[in-house]
Amino acid sequence: MLDPKYASSFLLVVVLIYLLFVQLKQPPSWTDAEIETIQSLGISQLGEPPSDPTNAVANDSRAAKLGHKLFFDERMSITGTIACANCHQPENQFRDSLTRGVAIGQTDRRTPSIIGGAYSPWQYWDGRKDSQWSQALAPLEHPMEHGGNRMFYVRYVTARYKDEYEAIFGPAPDLSDRERFPEHAAPVGRTDWNSTWQAMSTEDQNLVNQLFVNIGKTIAAYERLLVPGPGRFDEYVASIRFDEQQTIFDHNEVVGLRLFIGKANCTQCHNGPLLTNNEFHNTGVANFPGEIPDKGRVQGIRDVTDDPFNCVSQYSDARYSCAELRFARTGSELIGTVRTPSLRSLHPPFMHKGQHATLREVLDHYNDAPLAMIGHNEAKPLNLTQLEITQLERFLATLNAPLRTDSNWLKAP
Amino acid sequence: MVMSALAESDAFQVTYSSAINPIAINKMHEWILDIKTSDGTPVTDAEVVINGGMPAHNHGLPTSPKVTQNLGQGKYRVEGVRFHMSGYWEMRVTVKANGIEDTVVISLEL
Repeated sequence: MLDPKYASSFLLVVVLIYLLFVQLKQPPSWTDAEIETIQSLGISQLGEPPSDPTNAVANDSRAAKLGHKLFFDERMSITGTIACANCHQPENQFRDSLTRGVAIGQTDRRTPSIIGGAYSPWQYWDGRKDSQWSQALAPLEHPMEHGGNRMFYVRYVTARYKDEYEAIFGPAPDLSDRERFPEHAAPVGRTDWNSTWQAMSTEDQNLVNQLFVNIGKTIAAYERLLVPGPGRFDEYVASIRFDEQQTIFDHNEVVGLRLFIGKANCTQCHNGPLLTNNEFHNTGVANFPGEIPDKGRVQGIRDVTDDPFNCVSQYSDARYSCAELRFARTGSELIGTVRTPSLRSLHPPFMHKGQHATLREVLDHYNDAPLAMIGHNEAKPLNLTQLEITQLERFLATLNAPLRTDSNWLKAP
Repeated sequence: MVMSALAESDAFQVTYSSAINPIAINKMHEWILDIKTSDGTPVTDAEVVINGGMPAHNHGLPTSPKVTQNLGQGKYRVEGVRFHMSGYWEMRVTVKANGIEDTVVISLEL
């Protein structure tokens, strides 16, 4: 016999369990407009990655094979210990589990996933690169990442991978003259490497730059292959489309989806089949205590405009097809904005510096919509209940899915 | 097929035609603007500046669209148009011609 003084608590627990786990008796009904929105998020809408005319070997399978090798090669670093795959880990959605990436040293932001990167006009959280090939070059020379210099990399790749390289790009130049081509040289990084770089002729600098760019283009050809595949959410989308009995989602997941496309405003930025608009937004994510606020895109647009490897540079294979860069927005509105990440590669921690350890924390953050440290928070408080936040969390879990990429590409060659 | 609509200020009428119809989000595309004075005369030598944004979110356009070509007879090619959210957008077309400057607001529900 239940003690009466516990009866009300017991009843409350029963009601809560009912609310959390009850399954829908009837399939939920969606309006035509809701169905249209849900369909627009389905992976079947994704299609092939847009062409990258700035990379002539973007769709060359030989380039992808070489890029695959380079991506997993730890000798592509000054220490001989850091490959791209050390941080962009295939088993972790091509990112790591750290708040900020750690290679030779610690970087300033969280390692972004590179899955689906070919669909974005911008790379990095702040969009400071406008192609995958150009992006791939920067970590190689970053002192906290691979820590090397372009002279070192072009000599290594054209020697170690000579046949593969030459099959794609033609004969590799002779770099054996150490007077013309020093052991180490680059216009960035260490000052002694800067000095040797400055001592090189402009012609030789351009030659080394071109070889270095070719390395980036093969890595990009590989990275283009990393595309998300269908998950349980996409099965649900298909079931609506064919008007089947919708048994794929439980009640909470359906309500979560309804919140996602409605009251919670998620699709304002997390839209399209990759659940991102690849644009830059300030959502008032806090810094770590004592840290200078991240300027985000306002710096990124300056960097990409001045980047010697951008779309309009001499190293681009289509300098006149750069609408994104030509018409890119500038101005103070970009202060503190970072690129919307895809929700198809969810893996903790979250946000651009891993500020939130769990999805729950992320959703609580959007529910509160605090004032931004710099710039203005575009998001408004959502006034969601704890139950609704749980339902959103449940829905987000349905986006998890393996890549559609052949498994051979997802491990070291 | 193009999507087009007319918007007016005191001084000018602007008809925009989008190269994609309906206007999809996250797609870079072009518009053609047909600019006339309020009495219907084509404005052939306008200086045109385009701004815009989502008033509800207090942010502007994700790109900086610009007139890249005067096509004659009051028509102007605008490149670099892209929207990145569904919802209510305003495109503000500021036209300067014949010593008059005025802004035409085009409303869009995407």
